[in-house]
Order: sequence, then structure tokens, then C-alpha cells
Amino acid sequence: MPETRHPIEPPARPDIMNDVQAPLPDDMPVARELPWWRRALDHAPVRRLLVVIAFAVIWEAYGRYLNDPLLVPTFSQTLSALVDSCLSGELPARVWSSLRVLASGYALGVACAAVLTTLAVTVPGGGDVLGTMTVMFNPLPAIALLPLALIWFGIGNFSLVFVITHSVLWAVALNTHTGFLAVPQTQRMAGRNLGLHGVGLVAHILVPSAVPSILTGLRIGWAFAWRTLIAAELVFGVSSHSGGLGWFIYQSRAEMDTANVFAGLMTIILIGLFFEGVVFRTAENLTIRRWGM
Amino acid sequence: MQAQLQIDDVTIRYRTRRSEVTAAYRISFDVYRGERTVLLGPSGCGKSSLLKAVGGFIRPLSGAIRLNGRAITAPGPDRMMVFQEFDQLLPWKSVLGNVAFALRKGAGLGAEEAKARALEAIDAVRLTGFRDAYPHELSGGMKQRVAIARAMAMQPELLLMDEPFAALDALTRQQMQEELIRLWREIGFSLLFVTHSIDEAILVGSRIIVLSPHPGRVRAEIDCRDITEADRGGERFEAMRRRIDTLLFGERTHA
Repeated sequence: MPETRHPIEPPARPDIMNDVQAPLPDDMPVARELPWWRRALDHAPVRRLLVVIAFAVIWEAYGRYLNDPLLVPTFSQTLSALVDSCLSGELPARVWSSLRVLASGYALGVACAAVLTTLAVTVPGGGDVLGTMTVMFNPLPAIALLPLALIWFGIGNFSLVFVITHSVLWAVALNTHTGFLAVPQTQRMAGRNLGLHGVGLVAHILVPSAVPSILTGLRIGWAFAWRTLIAAELVFGVSSHSGGLGWFIYQSRAEMDTANVFAGLMTIILIGLFFEGVVFRTAENLTIRRWGM
Repeated sequence: MQAQLQIDDVTIRYRTRRSEVTAAYRISFDVYRGERTVLLGPSGCGKSSLLKAVGGFIRPLSGAIRLNGRAITAPGPDRMMVFQEFDQLLPWKSVLGNVAFALRKGAGLGAEEAKARALEAIDAVRLTGFRDAYPHELSGGMKQRVAIARAMAMQPELLLMDEPFAALDALTRQQMQEELIRLWREIGFSLLFVTHSIDEAILVGSRIIVLSPHPGRVRAEIDCRDITEADRGGERFEAMRRRIDTLLFGERTHA
């Protein structure tokens, strides 16, 4: 026979008051500092440096084991080649020559992208024009335009600038435009509420709001520009009166100086690391990290 | 005395992908200076569309909306809007920056004057200690307070609020409602406030426009100037609540 159920009456209990002002025991502090190496490992650059050191050690070991500097020079041989080329002034000159062309093309590409994307969101139908153009030109490798540039502008830095601009423009424009379209409606309305419209709305609301996508575009554009530049230099650095890094690599290969080929590649990597770790990271810290976006 | 805001036979229709929807149908009412007018109704009564039309963000199909006798054609800083969404603040500007930016761009003030007035407004919503914080570092209630400070600092003809407290927790919401009334007493402004909460309408409003849904039509206009926070839960408050409830849902049969 089932037990008769009674409604459960919770017991009456007194209020409870705890004292949380009492000091903590000595072996239980509110917070204790971690040892220095644990704190150091908290920084991504430190962890990355460890990975790089591990790579260098493996490389050095393999190079010594192979013992064939013509195929794979060791890490230390590459490093000394790098230092020698730097001291002789040849490598810095090459780097300078490359970076100058790169900066002109990059700046021009970003400027064109700024104009096109602004038109795309302020002029009716502009979005369709830009959309169609990016769909057409974004998949086209910029280096494929080099022959055409040579016909139009002749051999020289301007042809290089032209193809670099092309490589940067569409990547930056595509990402910026996507960023503009993703700006929350509320933020747009908040801006329009203040009477902003046209270029003012783009400059004060759309651009800051789209900074995450714009930075992505600038990064991709930067990588594209590098690839295009080095490729173009490998193709026709021969005839350029002051060749850049690509030409340096090509020339070192011709002289069977493998250590210098490696040194050239390493320079490209180092410049890439510098821009990623210092320039873009600083840009991010000053904007999207600070703003929590 | 002329009404500050005149909504005159306004019909609003918007288009979705598949159809055209009449959000509000032949709505007319007036807002006088210093009134706290609440648009109350269930979803689909076009209250937000109506508020956006007053803000100048959407254009009514027919009818006229006039502010001080002049037709509204575009958004402007004389009608500052406080939205429900927390993302109405600009994430790339600090609390002070957000308010000062509005004053510089919207009201055309110089840097010094904008900063001074922004600080006053931030002080009024009791966020002085957070003037240099960025929006992502603030709680929801604090963000809404910044939005209110920004709107207030502009000294608009009309303050427009689109369910500004709907995304807040219940305790913060109550606190914000009281703060809004306090600011209204201290500064004095005209308010057009959208909500779907009967309690909030009675507490915030001095006049309630009850809207019926599909399409939105004015069911009633009710004066509730005399009912304040002190009446919450009291006899008069409950009577008002029941009255509006009946207006919205008809007589309820009680079991």
C-alpha cells in the first residue's frame, strides 16, 4: 500500500550572517605571483621565439649531418652569409630598393581602394560596379599583368609599381567593402542622427567600425604585394639597373652561392615578421584591441 | 499652445522580401513640450517604425510628421535617439569621446566646449569615474547611460527612446527608469518612449498612447501624470495596469 503523501513543509530556519571581513590565514593569500618563467610563457612572442629557436637547432643539426653547403647550408653558415652581405652593404641596398618600390605600389593600391570603396557606398550603383570589378580582378594573379605593364610602361620601376598596385587594390577593396556592409545598422543610425552623411559618415562611422576587415585586407594586400614584387624581380631584375631582393636571390643562385640564397629568403622572412609583429600588431593594439572589437 | 510634435494621419508601410507590410495605419497624436509620451503596444503594432519615422530614418507612406510645425524629412541632432542595442556607442571612442564626438559633429561645438558639456552630461548619469573607459569595458546599464548622456548633452527638441531598457536585467531596468525620471525633473525635456511593458509605460510616461497590432492603430491615449514610482504596487497603479491590460487584450475571464 503506497504511503500517503504529505505536502512538505520546509523547516523554519534563522537568518545566517557571516563575517567576511576577517583577515585570511598567511598561507592563503588573495593572490600569489607566479614564477618568472610562467609569466614569460604567457607572452605569445616568447613562445614563438622558442619555436624559432627549435627550428634553428633542427636546421643546424640537419645541415651538419648532410654536410653539403651547396644544397643545404647550415643555420650558422646562412647567418654568417647574412651578416657578410649586410656588412658589405649589398643586401641593405637591395632591401632598400625593394622596399621603395613596394611602398609606392602599396600606398597607391590602398589609396585607390579607399576611393573605390567610398564611391561604392556613397554613389548609387557604386557597390555593383566595385563588386563586379573585384570579382573580375581579385582572382587574376597580378604577376600575369607584368608583360602588359612592360609593353605599356617599358622596363623600369613604374611597371613594378603598377603590378603591385593591382595586387594590393582588390584585396584591400574587397575586405574594406565587406567591412562597410557589415557595420551594424544601429551604428549607422547613430551617426546619421548626428547629421553625418556621405563622406563624413564613411570617415567617422564606417571606417572605424570596419577596422577589423580593413586590417585583414591590408595584411592580405601586404602579402600579395611582397609575392608580386619578388616574382617580378626574379623575372626581370636582370634588366633593372638596381635590382632588389628577388634579383639578389636570383644572382646568388647563378653564382652557386646557396648560403646567400638562404640569406635572401631569410631577409624576406625577417621583414615579414617585422611588419606582422611590429607594424600590424601595433595598429591592432591601437585600434581593435583597445576598442574591444 | 501649439504641439511640439504633430503626428498627423501617418501610415507607414515597409517592404520585406516577400510582401509589403502596413506597420502603422492612420496614426494621429500630439506631443507637447515637456511631455513624456509612451508608445505602448505588442510587437507588430508599428511603434518602433513610428519612432524611426519621427527620427527621420524612414519615410511614411502618407500623412505628415511635424516638429515645431516643420515637416521631418531626414535624421537630425534635434531628435536624439537612444536605441535598445548596446552597439549604438562607437567602440573606438571612450565614454567621454562618444559624448564629445556627438557634440562636435552633431552640434558643431569646439573641442573645449564639447568636452566641458560632455563631462556635465556624464556627471548627470553618474559615470564620472568611467569617462576614459571604452564601451566594451562597461556593463549594459552603463552603456545605456552613456547613450542617454550623449542624447541629453545634445539638448535635443525631443528625446527618442526605442525600448532603451529592454535588454537590461530587471533590477537595472528599474533603476534606469527612476534615473530617467530624475533627469527629466532636473533638466526637463520632451520624451517619446517606445516600450511593450505596461509597468514601464505607467512609470515612465506622463501620457500613454496604446496601440493595437496588425496594423498599428491608436487604441487610446491615457493621461498618467499622477502615477509615479511611489505608487508601484499600489491601488492606483494596479487599477491603471488593469485598465491598459483590458485595452490591449480585452476583458479577461478570471477562473
